[in-house]
Amino acid sequence: MLISLVDMEPGETGIVMKIDGGFGATRRIQSMGVRIGKRVKKVGARFWRGPQTVLVDNFKVAIGFGMAAKIFVEVERSEDK
Amino acid sequence: MKINKILLMGNPNVGKSAIFSRLTGAKVVISNYPGTTVEFTQGYTKIDSSRPAIIDVPGTYTLHPTSRAEEVAVRMIKDGDLVINIVDATNLERNLYLTLELLEQDIPVIVALNMWDDTKHKGIEIDVKKLEKALGIPVIPTCGLTGEGIKELVEHIPKAKAKKINPLKDEERWKHIGKIIEDVQKLHHRHHTFLERLEDLSIRPVTGIPIAALVVLCAFWVIRFVAENLITYLADPFFERIWTPLIMKLSAFLGAGGFLHDIIIGKLIEGELDYSQTFGLFTTGLYVPFAMVLPYIISFYFVLGVMEDFGYLPRLAVLTDNFMHRLGLHGYAIIPMILGLGCNVPGVLAIRILEEKREKFIAATLMAIAIPCMAQIAMIVGLVGQRGGAYVVLIFLTLFILLIIKGIILNKVMKGKSPEILVEMPPYRIPQLLAVFKKLWMRILSFLKEAVPYVLLGILFVNILYVLHVIDALSKIFSPLLRNVWGLPKEAIAALIVGFLRKDVAIGMLGPLNLTTKQLVIGSTVLAIYFPCIATFAVLIRELGIKDMLKSAAIMISVGIVVGGLLNLVLRF
Repeated sequence: MLISLVDMEPGETGIVMKIDGGFGATRRIQSMGVRIGKRVKKVGARFWRGPQTVLVDNFKVAIGFGMAAKIFVEVERSEDK
Repeated sequence: MKINKILLMGNPNVGKSAIFSRLTGAKVVISNYPGTTVEFTQGYTKIDSSRPAIIDVPGTYTLHPTSRAEEVAVRMIKDGDLVINIVDATNLERNLYLTLELLEQDIPVIVALNMWDDTKHKGIEIDVKKLEKALGIPVIPTCGLTGEGIKELVEHIPKAKAKKINPLKDEERWKHIGKIIEDVQKLHHRHHTFLERLEDLSIRPVTGIPIAALVVLCAFWVIRFVAENLITYLADPFFERIWTPLIMKLSAFLGAGGFLHDIIIGKLIEGELDYSQTFGLFTTGLYVPFAMVLPYIISFYFVLGVMEDFGYLPRLAVLTDNFMHRLGLHGYAIIPMILGLGCNVPGVLAIRILEEKREKFIAATLMAIAIPCMAQIAMIVGLVGQRGGAYVVLIFLTLFILLIIKGIILNKVMKGKSPEILVEMPPYRIPQLLAVFKKLWMRILSFLKEAVPYVLLGILFVNILYVLHVIDALSKIFSPLLRNVWGLPKEAIAALIVGFLRKDVAIGMLGPLNLTTKQLVIGSTVLAIYFPCIATFAVLIRELGIKDMLKSAAIMISVGIVVGGLLNLVLRF
């Protein structure tokens, strides 16, 4: 199931499949290490319109709400964890 | 080839400044958050008989710049003879992207595998020999904070050669990195530490907001506690017991009056020395910076240093992001604002971590109007605090409300919208006391070197203006504004004039005017708003350009007039 970072539950992990931002924004996000094919884990909360924080490899990135809504992941729900 | 210029390059917050300070012995500010270095810093090191320049380049993720700090970094490569690429060993994959881009340039590169000590407890195992082979350049494990590996790093500098590889496309580069990582890095499973759990708790609103409130309250309490004790037990006794007798002797020697006496010592009040009223270079001119302001500078920068090194500030940015968007900024703008509370000059410089012109303008204008610096805060606490703590709170509350209203208006009026935050969250680290005190010492020195001369200059200047009757003339011209709009006596014009030089002296000048509490509150608030001090003014021109600075200044002056007038109408005490 493809959902955006915003819709991930805290603690969930998923693989980044698609980044819908403009060229510049996409490039910035990718260069920071949030790339297609990477596994990310949501560490922040989801219920407010603040930045969404994800863990990638060994670092955490806070991504503004609007930008996070354009990053789509294939979540790994509990059965395949 | 002779090496004259060595560039330290790497991702943000990988420890470039720590290595820089190790290599050059120069003192630079090091913190635990991305964007500490916004301007390049140059120092010199010694290798055999030569003394090459070392440049601490602002952090960048790629050579395709996405911010002003990154642009600076990229432009500098052309002038360099060698790049020391600082790589965060705990985030090898992401860091290697820049390494490969650097290898595509025609410049020798050495990799410093920094934060090496962190890899062990993070369960990361890197085969350095294999990594060297894969990259074809020297790789040296280092730890900037302890100095491990620095000597070896220096030994490799003269031998370094350029090894230009063919430029790759984005995906190819990542694929290449993937292969390298698979080959050289092993990850071991480990459990989360307490600090890591705390990291996540401090960005979730339910737990994060109480934590933030606690941190801010504790910070205030410690700052005030340390500063007041420094004043009561150190500064005041020194001035009362040691300095005052000396000055009284000097006063008698100078004949208890006359031009020279008035400038050096000031006007004694019924033969007594009162540091808040006398206004001479050696009396109030020293008492204000050393006994009133310095204790607050020390305690503020101590607390700030601990928070910076712990890595807390970016969490505050995440929590406030939502709110800051309403002011036309994003959460990371909180960092320049907090630095601005110490001194607006580094605050304005830190605005460079923001990407767009619009948000830079908003952040700078808001800071100049509504963020009083520690020198000013200390004076307000010292002077207005005598009339009651509630009045101090009233002043800061007024400024805070102003910040919000002004932000909302600027956000509505200016075209465009605030960009989104995108920032790495540094791991929490227990601050090393030695590093904290080193940074504190640097900041104290810069206060002594850059602020104290202006304080003395301000007092000298105002004394000369009095002697030349310039103040009298100006106070007549401005008395309608002062009296009718703000309800202040015309003599307050002297404080407004000195406020262009130093805000702390300016607030101190309200002391001898025998103001009512209401007048004191209005005077202090207006002084905070109406114009930046000269040092801030100079960096604002540099950062915003003259045109935007004039716009910003026009806003400040008009807001100062309006807010002072409103307070005069509204306040009833």
